[in-house]
Amino acid sequence: MLEHYTLSRRVFLSFNYVFLACLGILCVLPIIHVLAISFSSSAAAQAGYVKLWPVEFTMSSYDYVMKKPAFFKSILVTLKRVGLGVPFNMLLTVLIAYPLAKEAKKFAMRTVYAWVFVVTILFSGGLIPLYMTIKYTGIMDTVWAMVLPGAVPVFNVILLLNFFRGLPKELEEAAFIDGAGHWTTLWKVFIPLSLPALATITLFATVNHWNSWFDGLIFMNSPDHYPLQSYLQTVVINRDLTLMSSADMKSLTEVNDRTAKAAQIFLGALPILLVYPFLQRFFMKGIVLGSVKE
Amino acid sequence: MLWGREGTLLSFKKWAGQLPLHLMILPGLILILIYSYGPMFGFIIAFEKFSPAKGIFGSKWAGLDNFRYVLEMPESTRIILNTIYIAIMKIIVGLFAPIVTALLLNEVRKELFKRGIQTIIYLPHFLSWIILGGILIDILSPTSGIVNQVLGWVGIEPIYFLGDNSWFRYVLVATDTWKEFGFNTIVYLAALTSINPTLYEAAIVDGAGRWKQTLHVTLPGMASIIVLLMTLSLGNVLNAGFDQVFNLYSPQVYETGDIIDTFVYRIGLIDAQYGVATAVGIFKSVVSLIFISTSYYLAYRFAKYRIF
Repeated sequence: MLEHYTLSRRVFLSFNYVFLACLGILCVLPIIHVLAISFSSSAAAQAGYVKLWPVEFTMSSYDYVMKKPAFFKSILVTLKRVGLGVPFNMLLTVLIAYPLAKEAKKFAMRTVYAWVFVVTILFSGGLIPLYMTIKYTGIMDTVWAMVLPGAVPVFNVILLLNFFRGLPKELEEAAFIDGAGHWTTLWKVFIPLSLPALATITLFATVNHWNSWFDGLIFMNSPDHYPLQSYLQTVVINRDLTLMSSADMKSLTEVNDRTAKAAQIFLGALPILLVYPFLQRFFMKGIVLGSVKE
Repeated sequence: MLWGREGTLLSFKKWAGQLPLHLMILPGLILILIYSYGPMFGFIIAFEKFSPAKGIFGSKWAGLDNFRYVLEMPESTRIILNTIYIAIMKIIVGLFAPIVTALLLNEVRKELFKRGIQTIIYLPHFLSWIILGGILIDILSPTSGIVNQVLGWVGIEPIYFLGDNSWFRYVLVATDTWKEFGFNTIVYLAALTSINPTLYEAAIVDGAGRWKQTLHVTLPGMASIIVLLMTLSLGNVLNAGFDQVFNLYSPQVYETGDIIDTFVYRIGLIDAQYGVATAVGIFKSVVSLIFISTSYYLAYRFAKYRIF
C-alpha cells in the first residue's frame, strides 16, 4: 500500500479526485435544484432566488399535488401495471431462458426457438402496425396493453440464459440421476442458484414498468387510465390544458406552475431514489455476469 | 426402413423427454408471435390506402404510392440526416466518456470514494426521460432556468437551449451522455479488473510510470471490449433516441431535432396517415436490420462475440 508518489503523480491524483467529485456532483445537482424549487414559495421560485436550498420553505406545492385526484389515479394505474407486468416478465424470462440454455444435443428445437426470439430484437413492425395489433386484440385502454406487448423481455432472457449456462453442468446431471424432471430441476436447482441474476432482472423489469410512458400515452384512450409517467408527460412536459379541471386552474394561481411541476417531478422519481441505493450493489454484479463473457 | 424397430421408440422417448422444454417456451412464444410478429404482418398497411374503419382487409390497395409520397416529401432527407447525425454524435461521445471515467476511477485507491462516485453517476440512468425532461426544461429555460442564471454571472446572454436550432442537437448529445455514461462505465470497470496484475508488475520492472502503464497495459487490456461495444453500437445508427427527443423538442427545433421515430409518431398517430407512417417505419426497420446484422457479424468476426 505504501507506494512512492512522485510530485506529478500527486498532482494528477488530486486533480483526479476533484474531477471525479465534480462529475458526481454534476449528476445529482439538477435533481437537488428541482427538489429545492418544489419546497420553495412560488414567489421565490418565480423570481429565480432558489439555488440548492429551498427559499421561504413551504409544502404547499405538495399539498396541491396530493389533492389532485388525477395524480393518485395515475399512481394506482402504475402500481397495477408493475404488479402485473413484473411477475409476467419474470415468469416468461425464466421459462424461456431455461430451455434455451440447453445444448442443441439435449433440446433439438433450441436453435429454431432462439432465432424466433432474437429476430424480434433485430426487426420490428414499427409503431403503427403495433398500434393496430393492440387494437385488433382488443386490449386497447386496458392495463394489458401495457403488460402483454412487452411481456417477453428478450434482452433479459439472454442475460439469464447466459447466467444459466455458467452454472456447473454436474448439478443438473445429479438432479436428473436423482429422478428430477425439467420442472423440478429448474425450480430446485437453477432458480436458487440464480438469485443474484434474478434480482438484477427483477430490478430492470420494475424500473422499466415504472418509467414507461409512451405505451400509456398512446394505448390508453382515457387519461384516467394513464400510468404515472404518462400523466406526468402531459402535465410536466406537454401541459395539456384540456386535462385540467377548473379547480386546478384556480389553485394554480396560488401554487405556481413551476413549484407544482417540481413537486410532481420529484414524486415521480422518489421510489427509484429510495430503492436505488439498496439495489445498486446487486445490479453491478448482475450486469457484469450477463454481459462480459469468457 | 426409417421407422425401424428401436429407432422410433428411441426418438419418441427422446421427444417425450423434451416435451417439458417445449411447454415452458410455449406461453412466451405465443405472446411473441402475436405482439412482435403480428405487427410485422401489419406491414401490409404500407401498401394500402388504409382506413381504420375498413380495417386491414377492407382497405384499398395503393401499391407503392405511400413510398413514393415519402420519397417526394421535402422533409425526408432532413429527417434522415438529423437521425444519423444525432445518433453518430451520441455514439462517439457516449463511447469515450465512460472509457475515460473508468480509467480515472481505476486510479482511485480509496474504495469508499470510488464506490460513492459510482453509485451517484449510475443514478440518472434509472430515471425516465419524463423526469429528466422535466428537470432539463426547468434548468435550461431562458427566463428562469438556473443554467442561464449562472451564465449570466459571467456576462453571457441567455441561451434558449431547447428552442434554438444551433444548440438543440448539442443539448441532446450532452444530456444523453450525462444520463448514460455512468451506467456504461460498469462494463469497462469490469474489463479493467480482469487485466492480469503481473502485466503491471512487469511494466514497473521495465521502468514504466503510471502513464506508460495505462498506455501499454490498461488500454490494450480494454481494447477488445472497446472494439466490441463500438461494433455493437453501429446497429443504433437510426436510433437517435425517441424518448429523449420527444420530451425535449418543440416545433421550433424540428429543423435540427426531428428524427425518424418522432416523425412517424406525428404523421401516424397525430395526422392519422397510417399508410405513410408505416412506409417510413418499414424503411427504418429494414435499414436498421442491415446495420444491426452487420454490426453483429463484425462483432463475431473480430471479437468472437455471440449474443448467447
